Formats: sequence, C-alpha cells, structure tokens
Amino acid sequence: MPQNEHIELHRKRHGRRLNYEEKKRKKEGREAHTRADKAKKLRGLKAKMYHKQRHSEKIQMKKTIKMHEERNTKAKSDDNVPEGAIPAYLLDRETQTRAKVLSNMIKQKRKEKAGKWEVPLPKVKGVSEAEVFKVIKSGKSRRKCWKRMVTKVCYVGDGFTRKPPKYERFIRPMALRFKKAHVTHPELKATFCLPIIGVKKNPSSPMYTGLGVITKGTVIEVNISELGLVTQGGKVVWGKYAQVTNNPENDGCINAVLLV
Amino acid sequence: MPINLSKEKLQLLCDALLQKDEKTPYKFFVDNCEVTSTLADSLDKEKLDASEKVLDIIYQPQAVFKVRAVTRCTSTIEGHAEAVISVAFSPDGRYLASGSGDTTVRFWDLQTETPHHTCKGHSHWILCIAWSPNGLRLASACKKGQICIWDPHTGKQVGRALQGHKQWITSLSWKPLHLDGECRLLASASKDGSVRIWDTTLSQCKLVLTSHSQSVTCLRWGGSNLLYTGSQDRTVKVWRADDGVLCRTLQGHAHWVNTLALNTDYVMRTGAFNPAKATIVPLEDKSSMAEKQQQALDRYNKVKGSSPEVLVSGSDDFTLIMWHPETEKKQIARMTGHMQLINSVVFSPDTRFIASASFDKSVKLWDGRTGKYLASLRGHVSRVYQIAWSADSRLLCSGSSDSTLKVWNMETRKLHNDLPGHADEVYAVDWSPDGQKVASGGKDKVLKIWRQ
Repeated sequence: MPQNEHIELHRKRHGRRLNYEEKKRKKEGREAHTRADKAKKLRGLKAKMYHKQRHSEKIQMKKTIKMHEERNTKAKSDDNVPEGAIPAYLLDRETQTRAKVLSNMIKQKRKEKAGKWEVPLPKVKGVSEAEVFKVIKSGKSRRKCWKRMVTKVCYVGDGFTRKPPKYERFIRPMALRFKKAHVTHPELKATFCLPIIGVKKNPSSPMYTGLGVITKGTVIEVNISELGLVTQGGKVVWGKYAQVTNNPENDGCINAVLLV
Repeated sequence: MPINLSKEKLQLLCDALLQKDEKTPYKFFVDNCEVTSTLADSLDKEKLDASEKVLDIIYQPQAVFKVRAVTRCTSTIEGHAEAVISVAFSPDGRYLASGSGDTTVRFWDLQTETPHHTCKGHSHWILCIAWSPNGLRLASACKKGQICIWDPHTGKQVGRALQGHKQWITSLSWKPLHLDGECRLLASASKDGSVRIWDTTLSQCKLVLTSHSQSVTCLRWGGSNLLYTGSQDRTVKVWRADDGVLCRTLQGHAHWVNTLALNTDYVMRTGAFNPAKATIVPLEDKSSMAEKQQQALDRYNKVKGSSPEVLVSGSDDFTLIMWHPETEKKQIARMTGHMQLINSVVFSPDTRFIASASFDKSVKLWDGRTGKYLASLRGHVSRVYQIAWSADSRLLCSGSSDSTLKVWNMETRKLHNDLPGHADEVYAVDWSPDGQKVASGGKDKVLKIWRQ
C-alpha cells in the first residue's frame, strides 16, 4: 500500500504518459472482445455466475437504450379522461377512497332471510364437538362428566350474566372471549378494527352459533358505523356481516372479510 | 294594543295602516324575536311586569307568492357516463344544463324531462357551468382550463374555446345583466391563482388579474361592477372589473376561503326574470335588450335597497365573515359555530337569511343583516355539499354525501321532506327560479328532477 498520494502527486507534476488517452480508448474498445473471450473460456460455477452477471447487464443496457429512444421520439399526449370525476370544491382535498353504497336494502333483506351469503370461504372444514368442548369432571369424586369447557374463541354479549357456576353447563373462559375483529373491506383494501355485534352463523353447528363460538368460516356481524357507509335512503349503515378467515384460537386475533 | 293580539290580527292592522292594494304577508318581530302565535307569547314576562314602556313591533314583508315544496322524484335521467358535477337552471327556469365528468355538457328538455342536446368540446371533466343572466348563453369550464360557450337553443358552440388558464377553473361568473344588456363579459377563476375576464363575442381574453398567491376558489361579479375573489391564500380581494385595478384586500380568515355569497346573488342570477310572475308554462319574453336591462336594474335596486352590498365568505377555519366590500376593509360580523369547514354559503333571495353548508353534517341559518345565529338544521348523516333556496325564501334544499336531498322549512326551521333516491353522493343541487323543480346530480351518474 502506498503511504502517500505519490501517484496523484506525480501525475500532477509531470502529467500522464503521452499515449495514455489513446491506450485507454483502445482498451475500452477491445473490452467487449475480451469479455466475450472470457465468457467462452470459463467453465463450471464461475461460468454460471459470470453469465448471470452478463445477462442482467444486458437487460439493463436494453432498458436504458429504450428509455433514450422514448425521449427522442415524440409520444402522443394521452387524451384519456381519468375516471372518478369530482367537483371543483373537492379537488384540493384529500378524499378517502370510499366504496360505493354497499347494496340496497331489499337485496340485503332477501339474503338474510335465505341465510345464504356469497362468502369468500365457501367450504369450511367442520369442527367436531370433541374438538370444541373439553369435558370437565365434577362432583365430589369427580365422576360426573356433564360440564363442558369451550376451547375455541367466543363472542359473549355485553348483557350476558353467568349462571351459578355449579349449574353452568358450558364454560366460556374469559381469556377466549373477544370483542373486536380485524375486518378487511375487499373493495377499499383496508382493514379496520371493529367491534363485534354478534355471531350470525357458525357453519359447523347451530349450537355453536347459539354459544357464540367463532371458528374459521364463521359469519359474524360487525359494527361498521365508523366507516361512514350510507344506504340509499341516507341512513348510516352500522351492522354488516363478515366472514372469519383465520383460526382465531391459534392466532389470538380474529381476521375477517366484509361481505359486500 | 292588547297583548293577546294574534299574528293574523297584526297582519290586518298592518294592511290597514299601510293602505296598500295588494295583500302582502308579513312577519312581525318584537325585540328581535319573531311573533309566531300571539304577542304575549313572544314577549318576556318579567320585562312586561317591570315597566311601562313603548315596544316597537317590526314588520317584514314576505314574498307574495309561495313555492310548494318538492316531494317526489319525477324522473331519473341517465345519459352522462360519469359523475354529474354541476347542474344549473337557466335564469328564467326554462332550460336545464348539466356538466359532467364525461367531458360533455347536456341540455335537458324540462317539459318532457328528456335529453335535448349533448355538447362535446372539452377534453377533461367539466367542473363548472354558468348561465349568462339573459339566458342566451351557457359557459362551461373544464379541468384543462378551457372555457366553451354554448347556445341553449341549438346546442352548438359559440365562437372559439377560450384558452389561457394554466390549471383547472374553479369558478365562472358573468357580468350582471343590469350593467351589460348584451352579457358579453365573463370572468373565470382558476387554480393557477389568476382571474381572467373574457370577451365572449370576440373570444378573447380582456384582462388578467393576478395578485393571489394561491388557487382562487370562488368568484363573484358584484352589482356595482366589482369583482370579488376568494382564495386559498386566505384573502378576499376586490377588483374593479373595468380596468382590473385591485381595490382592497380583505383579510380575516385563518385558512382557505372556500366560498363567497352576495346578498344580491339571486337577483343578479335571475336578471330580468321575476319569480313572482312565473307561470307554469313559461311565456316567451319579447322585451328588447334595453328593456330587459332596465327591468334587471329595477329589480336589483329594489333588492339591494339603500345599503351597500353584503358579502359573506366561508372558510376552512370553520367561520363565516360578513363584509361590506364596496366601502371598507373591516369585517362586520364573524359567524362562528360550525365544527368543520364550510363548503357553501348562499343568501336567501330576499336577503334576510344566510344558509351555510358544512362538512360537520349541518346546515346553519344566520341573519342576513347582522349575521346573528338563528338555527341549525340537522338531519344529514354525512357532509353537506350544496344548498339551494327556493325563490320565495321559505324553503331550502340541501344535497349531501349521504346520497339524499333534504328540504327544510324556514318557518318551522325543521326538516320538511327527505328525498332519498340517489345511489351515491349528491354533488350538485339547483332549485329552478320559477320554483317548480329541483334538479340534482351526483356520483351515481344520473340527473334527477324533483317536483311537488
């Protein structure tokens, strides 16, 4: 290693060799040939790496050439009118992208009656009772086995009062009770943490629906009033259905997709 | 006078005192409090007991005609391929035009409620349209900064497109009819901070007014040939329209000025047409240009009275400010109460009320003289975008982003009618000057006509 900037200093004092520029130009001119020779001669892993590098370099080169060509050729001004016209008084304001009015009320009602929804997860694996309920032994000599503990996530309404523990058949542990869900709006592509209103349907069993058990594929009702969606009649929509897409008991949170 | 005198008796008394032939309905006020049933009800009990004093009862004439509230949608006209951004009735209520995001201006036949003409000429969204006060021309402006003038009879473009603005146009305003019988001059305000005055017959730009440092949001051509512009640089500027000299700058707002309203807006909009003489089938007006100008001048003077024009500006700082822009820079009143930005302010046709629409979901009513707070009209569940008065100042229609229109009664200050029907946000509302129809357009691409 040089201890000082000798080379620079020498260059400053005496200048470069007289044929420096010419040699450089020639060397650069030959470089393509030398690299091609090298590419031909290399074998094995080295060749593989070298070819990969050459390949990406060539792509880059082609891209730059194309860009320069674009700059030279006159592009047609695009006359396309963008969609989503808004009035002048909203032009300077940041507007949130809002999905359209979700659906009209009649359709909604009809769907509710039929109890069928077009859901993102149409086929749900059934959950057996053995999986959901854990048998709890009770009685003085632990002989009685009529108590069950729910081992899945539950929604328990605000007004719920437990039966006296002695007579409680289904125990829903506090740690597995959920009040909020992360709901994704499929059109807005945004997720909101919304309070749950109730469990509409658990496809595995009507008993689970009654107990408020939330498993993958369950349709829950969520409070979407803070999204500010409006019906055609000018009322704020507040309850909407959503389908759970994850296994809440494994993840510790409920993720759901809004049914539009 | 006996204290249990009712409103009807007061009316009779007033008629007898004034000795007029025509019967005019009046409103009565004691101590700035309106008499609704009897005198005793509106008087303060303690005040009466305490002393013996002379009370002034103030009377205000009301419009002789009554506009009936719109209650139903008579037609939903499709045609526009994009959101309908602006809707306007012609000054005599005979024509209806709408501008849309699909770059066309459309004229609609009001008798049959069907499309009449489709005008293509712009290459971007049409942001605003304005009828000339004599009703013979329509100006439309697009987001590319072009202005086109259209003839409502043929649907053809008149002259060349007016080009000059570098960015989109936010507001258009014609020279009032009583100053110019021909309706030649048009002013336009743009996002690029300039205001241009155009000669529409020569298709030329006459003047360019540049002093605003940011986008000009609103423009009004006053009755005394002054131009008022409100801008995002927080000022309202007053210009002389003849030579473009800046007269004064009104400062007071803390944020963007969004909207301006003059108390003579309605009379200048309708020009020579008198809403009191409206007929169900519109009559052909055969008076000459000079006559029309004279009629417009008479109507203007009658509405304006002896006091100077009043300007109200609404802003993003949630307040309204009242000015006398012709004479002084000082603000007369500052009206506070809204909790969100104010999007639109409109004076009632008789200049007694100001209505302001805000993003806080409410419409508020203010006194048109003093700026005193009168009432808050609540009912919308989302931002209120536009409001329109009926010609008799007794009804108000508001359009909102919650996809409904609502008609408010000014006597009771309550909701009169809820008009659902649009499938999405309502961007534009207009009440025809003859009082029969309301037109509205919105994001759902249809134009709706509402009648009583």
